[in-house]
Amino acid sequence: MSNLSRRKLIRTGLAATAGASGLAVAARLADRYGLIPPDHGGMYGPGETLTYASQRLLTRHSLAREFPSSQISKPPFANPTAPLSETFKRLQAGGFADWRLAVDGQVARPATLSLAELKRYPSRSQITHLACEEGWSYIAEWTGVPLAHVLDVVGVLPQGRYVVYFSIEPDWWDSIDMADALHPQTLLAYGLNGSELAVGNGGPLRMRVPRQLGYKNVKFITHLTVTDDLKRFGKGLGSGSPEAGYHWYAGI
Amino acid sequence: MADSTWVPSLAASASTATDAPRHTALVRVTHWLTAACCFALLVSGVEILISHPRFYWGEAGNALTPALFHLPIPASRAAVPTGYGYVLPDQNGWSRSLHFQSAWAAVFTGLLYFLVGLFTRHFSKHLFPAGSDLTWGALSKAIAGHLCFKTPPESEARSYNVLQRLAYLGVIFVLFPLMIWTGLDMSPAFASAFPAAVKIFGGQQSARTIHFFGTLLLLLFLLVHVAMVYLTGFRNRMRAMVTGRAGESKGDL
Repeated sequence: MSNLSRRKLIRTGLAATAGASGLAVAARLADRYGLIPPDHGGMYGPGETLTYASQRLLTRHSLAREFPSSQISKPPFANPTAPLSETFKRLQAGGFADWRLAVDGQVARPATLSLAELKRYPSRSQITHLACEEGWSYIAEWTGVPLAHVLDVVGVLPQGRYVVYFSIEPDWWDSIDMADALHPQTLLAYGLNGSELAVGNGGPLRMRVPRQLGYKNVKFITHLTVTDDLKRFGKGLGSGSPEAGYHWYAGI
Repeated sequence: MADSTWVPSLAASASTATDAPRHTALVRVTHWLTAACCFALLVSGVEILISHPRFYWGEAGNALTPALFHLPIPASRAAVPTGYGYVLPDQNGWSRSLHFQSAWAAVFTGLLYFLVGLFTRHFSKHLFPAGSDLTWGALSKAIAGHLCFKTPPESEARSYNVLQRLAYLGVIFVLFPLMIWTGLDMSPAFASAFPAAVKIFGGQQSARTIHFFGTLLLLLFLLVHVAMVYLTGFRNRMRAMVTGRAGESKGDL
């Protein structure tokens, strides 16, 4: 009997050690392959990490569905935004001629780009589905310059892992990993359904990440930063959303 | 107990059956884990739902497009028209986090149940109904017995009757997979990788609507399930699902 329980003890011990070291190796590997989200801590960290890791493994290169123009939602939808700042209104009064997009951080050639310059870059139009975390959605045609092209122009340094983007409106910012930043459908959008992107839809410049929910599509973009460490921004959770209880990764 | 040809009525009367636990450890552990997950999913799901209590069919739908139907309840967001003059507190942040985390826990519990169940032949031993129970005559007799609240024979305390088997199989192999599937369909990243999985339901908004009706069916199951546990002897049924011991029948209560 004592022999049996000793064997049982040794077996349990070995299994526990194997399990713990297996987990440690898995965590190290997951981090190396960019499968750990910045908000992996806390009570809901395990669920967020599982979702992000599995979706990154399955969807790194997948393309968001594109629809025929007959499926564009009518009437066009615009989610109401908070009252806009004086700075925004001043630029709006000038027809956004002085709107600038600053690109800095871990890039070889930091740049400040006007809307006219952005519109001279190769453009892409795509009819995609935008879903809000609340449950509603709409289909619209977005036109803009692929973020990958802008990143190519400024030359992302090899260590760059995330692109952080900021709205002109205070405390409105977010970030995406390179899988989404370099994705061909991720746009700095300036057009919607064949016209200029209206202010109500985030004009003159909106981040459009079609493989994530609406709240990652920050409106009124004026600043991009490439970084390898999201801890330096805000509370270190990758965006303002986790501070409000929302997950950083919004692919679900 | 290596009885490969398992006949419910015979096994119930066999003396060895009374020593065996009514429910295996696997069934007891995964039952309560699933119950906890379903409770968390229901609470967080309701919280998410009230931010937009309107439902649509097809790919897209919003406050400006006609709804398939809407629930006559107030919402937690001002952007959706409800007819109520006030807005409920917004709890979507933690609700979404809890919803996805409990969904993962439910999926792992389900995998454990399914794999161990396959290995121990749980499904063929305890859940698949006997062919003779699936005739119209046998089924209508079982349904009539239930509708008349007939006291079930003693043997039923040790095995599931045909209606229980069909209900459990439906929940385990149809409703739960459907809920996971339609839940994933609402994910823009999942939809990008597996567009056919969305198309089969007619779009992401259709999937959301089906997810809602799936919840209603699961709630209906839960209601009947709890009612039957209560009617057939709450203490004994709970003891069987907690400790595994079936105990005496209703009489000792």
